[in-house]
Amino acid sequence: MFSYLLRRALYALPLLLGVNLLTFLLFFVLNSPSDMARMQLGQKHVTEQAIANWKRQRGYDLPLLWNGEQSFPESLSETIFFQKSASLFWLEFGISDSGRNIGADISQRMWPSLALALPTLIIGLSVNITVALLLVWFRGTGVEWGGQVLMVALMSISSLFYIIGGQFLFGKVWQWVPISGFDSGLNAFKFAILPVLIGVLSGLGSGVRWYRTLFLEEIGKDYVRTARAKGLSELQVLFRHVLGNALIPILTGVVVVLPLLFMGSLIMESFFAIPGLGSYTIDAIAAQDFAIVRAMVFLGSVLYIIGLLLTDIAYTLVDPRVRLS
Amino acid sequence: MMVGLWTDALLWGLVLVMALGLAAARSRPELKRPFAKLAEHPSGVVALAVLLFFLSVALLDSVHYQKSGGEVLSVLDTLLTPLRDGQEKTYSAPFASQLYSSEFMETDTGEPVWGRPRLQHGGAHLSDEDHHIQDIALKLLAACGRYLGLLAIIALFVWVSWRGLQQRWRDLPALRWATWTILAQLALALVLWDVSHYYHVLGTDMVGEDVLYQTVKSIRTGWVIGALTTLIMLPLAIGFGILAGFFGGWVDDVIQYLYTTLNSIPGVLLIAAAILLVQVHMANHPENYTSLQVRADTRLLFLCLILGVTSWTGLCRLLRAETLKLREMGYVQAAFALGVKPYRILLRHILPNVMHIVIISVALDFSALVLAEAVLSYINIGVDPVTYSWGNMINGARLELAREPLVWWSLMAAFCLMFTLVLAANLFADSVRRAFDPREAEHG
Repeated sequence: MFSYLLRRALYALPLLLGVNLLTFLLFFVLNSPSDMARMQLGQKHVTEQAIANWKRQRGYDLPLLWNGEQSFPESLSETIFFQKSASLFWLEFGISDSGRNIGADISQRMWPSLALALPTLIIGLSVNITVALLLVWFRGTGVEWGGQVLMVALMSISSLFYIIGGQFLFGKVWQWVPISGFDSGLNAFKFAILPVLIGVLSGLGSGVRWYRTLFLEEIGKDYVRTARAKGLSELQVLFRHVLGNALIPILTGVVVVLPLLFMGSLIMESFFAIPGLGSYTIDAIAAQDFAIVRAMVFLGSVLYIIGLLLTDIAYTLVDPRVRLS
Repeated sequence: MMVGLWTDALLWGLVLVMALGLAAARSRPELKRPFAKLAEHPSGVVALAVLLFFLSVALLDSVHYQKSGGEVLSVLDTLLTPLRDGQEKTYSAPFASQLYSSEFMETDTGEPVWGRPRLQHGGAHLSDEDHHIQDIALKLLAACGRYLGLLAIIALFVWVSWRGLQQRWRDLPALRWATWTILAQLALALVLWDVSHYYHVLGTDMVGEDVLYQTVKSIRTGWVIGALTTLIMLPLAIGFGILAGFFGGWVDDVIQYLYTTLNSIPGVLLIAAAILLVQVHMANHPENYTSLQVRADTRLLFLCLILGVTSWTGLCRLLRAETLKLREMGYVQAAFALGVKPYRILLRHILPNVMHIVIISVALDFSALVLAEAVLSYINIGVDPVTYSWGNMINGARLELAREPLVWWSLMAAFCLMFTLVLAANLFADSVRRAFDPREAEHG
């Protein structure tokens, strides 16, 4: 078990290296630091001097991969790749183009993101599974048909409309909750309730349909027939046997996104003015702050790879048939 | 003079290839059953008819020509001249004859009065305001009468002159559903077009542009994103997926590494980086992007490209797993034993047997892409701000519900058309899955 996990963890290294090289390629080779400087300083009327200053202040005035002016160890370390890209490996995110410490920003902003994303995931999961089981329970009746139609309709609505509509109804017309904003501690509750609700609703259609197919696949199997033959009620069969066995694919689907919850939701946070990592990313994209975007790409990849690793572990824990080798 | 835009050519090319592919597939005996199943469900047939109607609008909007004044227009623009020309000053409600908000105007004698000025086009033919409602009803009725009559006459003519039609009409319920859907859409479009000569049916937006025009123009963007992205994604997904599953070993390792790496990068950020790249490129080479249209078109094409590059991984993984399974099948092993060359086995035995996964996945992805466009445009990393798209419409209108009095028609219009297209795509995808998934076939 341990050696397997170690091997998987080592497999993550080339992945991260690949991500790092790709972002390096995107942000330094294809978009050169001079281009970035010109974008930031305004396209026209920029002198070479201003660009050179901008680059020196942010440490972009080094060679890309190999510094010929220095002797051996420095010739590698005094480069953009080593200082800007490779430093991400030890989670040193550096300074953003606007001069802020990215690492500090991230550690401060991930908690509001989590405060939103975690309840959305948990409530969403339980609602989705319950509705899906109910649809399976009513299979072959008009209720199932109506539910199916409703789910297709729900998943055909853009999440933007859920947000705009939700803010309009609950925030403006009925004034139950504040339209946007965030607060620390328990006061965050009243700000979080609407985004969470909307997050659950906008994931309902596709979620329920996915779980329903999982359950329908299980329900045709022999053990379900055996359970029925033993005289168990349909409800017991569904919630005990079918749900129990369908948990494996559900679990793997959930575990992989768990670490990514820290990253937050881009549009949700931006609409509701939540100071999380999602709105941080959006702001960085809007301000064309490459340093933050680069840091977020790397962070996202690390979290995803951790998710993959957790999935492997979860498999062995829930399904005794899976042996790690 | 015709103007060639890349997305135009690609969209038309794609439709041609699809049509040829369908024509070739019609005679294949193994596809008889899925096609028959596809025609069994009314929801799928109706959805297909809606999709095709939207597609024809998109295709009309994909033939561009340059007027003598230098203005680049599409055929659809020419058809929609009454909507396009009816520029107002600012917001006006659907079917309104006055601006939405009050302002100071001058009377004939030069006195300032506080009131709502008349629109320049919407309801300009009205001589007095009191008959406004009656006039709307009258115009709608007249348009209905005219075009329903016209459609009925054409339908009657076709019915009588086409000999085999009656028989088919009775035998093929799918034909009936599709015809009714298309007729209903045609009638709706014609009536709206007719009434647009007199009113802004869906009102005007902040700068006074007709909202109906904007939503209709957005159809093309939706289709281009859905279709061209698929075009770019398919070769990557099919090629890599099959090769990885078929050859295994280091090929498999490399391809798995490739898609895991791509998958682990948050897609939005990759798209943002790529869009920044295009912007920088355009800023550095202004001489190549002289007209707005070319700029917008290049950005749209690039967006499809990058969406394609980020979205092939899911399908690739499915195809790899399926190929792994197929490779152990008796008939593939037999082909190996008989000394058939690997590339022939791939083309003859593997590819046709994974096609159902490809078809189902393409149908499913289409709706997801149309929805993704809206979100990306909201973050400003989607299509160009001057391109008509539902995302841009929503983005421009998102604060309108917070206004007093609130402006709802832009959002409503974008919502309705987007919902229709995505719902149709989803329903059609369900129908395709029912028809092509062998697991569904086992259930009967």
